[in-house]
Amino acid sequence: MNDATAVRRRQLRTAISYSILVAIAVVFIFPFVIAVATAFKTEPNATADPLNLVPSPFTTEAFSQLYKDQDFLLWVQNSAIVTLSVTFLRVFLDSLAGYALARLRFRGRGAAFATIVAVMAVPGVVLLIPKFLMIRQLGIYNTYYGMIIPLLVDAAGVFIMKNFFESIPVSVEESARIDGANIFQIYWLIVLPMARPALVTLFILSFQGSWNELAHFIVSAQSTSLNTLTKGVAQLASGQLGSGNRYPLKLAASVLMTIPVAVLFFFFQRRIMNASSGAVKE
Amino acid sequence: MLNRLARRRDPGIRGHEAAAGWLFLAPVIVILGLFLVLPIAMAVWVSFSDWNGNGSPLGAHAHFVGLDNYRHLLTQPGLDQNNFGTSLRNNVYYVLLVVPIQTAFSLFLAVIVNRRIRFVGFFRTAFYFPSVTSSVAITILFLFLFSPTGVINKLLSYLGATGPSWLYDPRGLFHVIAGQFGVDQPSASLQSHIFLGVSYWDWLSGPSIAMCVFILLAVFTTSGTFMLLFLAALQNIDDSVNEAAALDGATEWRKFRFITAPMIGPTIFTVVTLGLIGTWQVFDQIYVGTKGSPSNTTLTPAFLSFNSSFNSNNWGVGAAIAFILFAIIVFFTVVTRLATRSPDHVPRRRRFGPTQPLGTPDASRVASAGPGSAP
Repeated sequence: MNDATAVRRRQLRTAISYSILVAIAVVFIFPFVIAVATAFKTEPNATADPLNLVPSPFTTEAFSQLYKDQDFLLWVQNSAIVTLSVTFLRVFLDSLAGYALARLRFRGRGAAFATIVAVMAVPGVVLLIPKFLMIRQLGIYNTYYGMIIPLLVDAAGVFIMKNFFESIPVSVEESARIDGANIFQIYWLIVLPMARPALVTLFILSFQGSWNELAHFIVSAQSTSLNTLTKGVAQLASGQLGSGNRYPLKLAASVLMTIPVAVLFFFFQRRIMNASSGAVKE
Repeated sequence: MLNRLARRRDPGIRGHEAAAGWLFLAPVIVILGLFLVLPIAMAVWVSFSDWNGNGSPLGAHAHFVGLDNYRHLLTQPGLDQNNFGTSLRNNVYYVLLVVPIQTAFSLFLAVIVNRRIRFVGFFRTAFYFPSVTSSVAITILFLFLFSPTGVINKLLSYLGATGPSWLYDPRGLFHVIAGQFGVDQPSASLQSHIFLGVSYWDWLSGPSIAMCVFILLAVFTTSGTFMLLFLAALQNIDDSVNEAAALDGATEWRKFRFITAPMIGPTIFTVVTLGLIGTWQVFDQIYVGTKGSPSNTTLTPAFLSFNSSFNSNNWGVGAAIAFILFAIIVFFTVVTRLATRSPDHVPRRRRFGPTQPLGTPDASRVASAGPGSAP
């Protein structure tokens, strides 16, 4: 009898746990479902019946408007150019620096590392005006260079790579050195292939970070021909509401711009979960 | 050992190593120097100048004005001070609400998804997903959800309630609550005492209804990230400790209170610190959502700094706000650090433990506990 009570109590507890989980999951997922549904609605329908998950009438008007009336494809193109350049170069440069800090012995290494850590502590928003001033001073305002170069290095990435290199055994490198490989060969041919997990992590973090970046693009370029997705869609959102609220249009844009990171997320979700916990653990 | 011998025999390798070391570091150092260190120096100068955006701030257009810009913000009554005080008021309430709520909520999420239950991977994914989407997309979604005729008010109407106009509602939450109790007129002393250009009554307004939307937005988008941090910490707790406690008849709550809570102390510190740093920098959401409206009640120092410079051409003031904001963030980080450094604090033990880089067995344990591994 005692056993039966215990079992029943456990079942009750499981049931309660699940109800709580499901309730919270609904709160987290429902908004995204609404966004997708609304993107296929007409504006009057979206306003009158925001809760309905079945668009009636169903229309792809919002998407064709994005294509016809907005420079959506240009924004996609700019985002792709900037994100891919930033991601590949950042992974390369961060791993170079991380390797030097982890493995190579030279005077000033400690100081260099301390400086990079100190720089990491400066909050990004504080840097908006300083970055703009420098970008203008260098004459790269309103160019891809101004949008890309300042994002190429991130101290956190150097940190991640340094930690990873320190975790792999040094013996392989030593035998390569005895075999006569030079430092760059060791780095490029031996260490980098071993560092694949960390490189993938850094790739994901950089891709997600630069694809979603808004503030830096606001201060580094003004020309609408250099609008990225974040900037273009943000302007769409805060644009004059002369012709209604245009929520289907805005939400269609939001849904589309989320797809690349969502795909990356579902493809690499294990690694992402790992990365964000690993990165802060140190 | 072997390494040391090798170097002694051939000093050339060491020379190569130094050259290679600096060469490998060069791009990072040049870019950080060029786009972080030098610009900060330049912005310090601008914050002491009257530069209005014409020409170069290093040229003849900018004149040294001493501490004038800081004075306009901190001591001299006027529009600058009024806006700055208001933005601080708004951001203080944002921080005060977001940091505790997101810390508690993400810990709660981590505890419930740390159980051995079915579909746990699905739930972790669902809770984490908002964290990877762009702030622009999420803000637009929230603008729609909380629009006067939007989803939230529709839901409220089913419950027989009339929702506020949310992002168009400048009323302070505490003022609204006080109003429910019949207090809708400020006393003369609250009205007449003024700090940073904002009356005591307005300091006590609480976050505006509009700001509450941004508070919910912050909790929605950051809880998933912090949930993962807590989850990693929870999975470091040895199961045998919990099992021993269970054998001794400890309840779930007592196990949490006496085993889990002390073990995750350092993670709480991390989450609170990251929370403080993040919440003092709200920019994207305000830029996309309200640009500070209604009645400046969603204005934040970060947005005000941007707006003063880029839209009002008041670059000195904008740069000065950025540095004051920097000081605020440093201050709170240090205070959190000191507050959690009491001698009897258990967490210290783990702080000094070996670091756990990515890809080590420990980190992969976290990975294997990821969403894909649902039983």
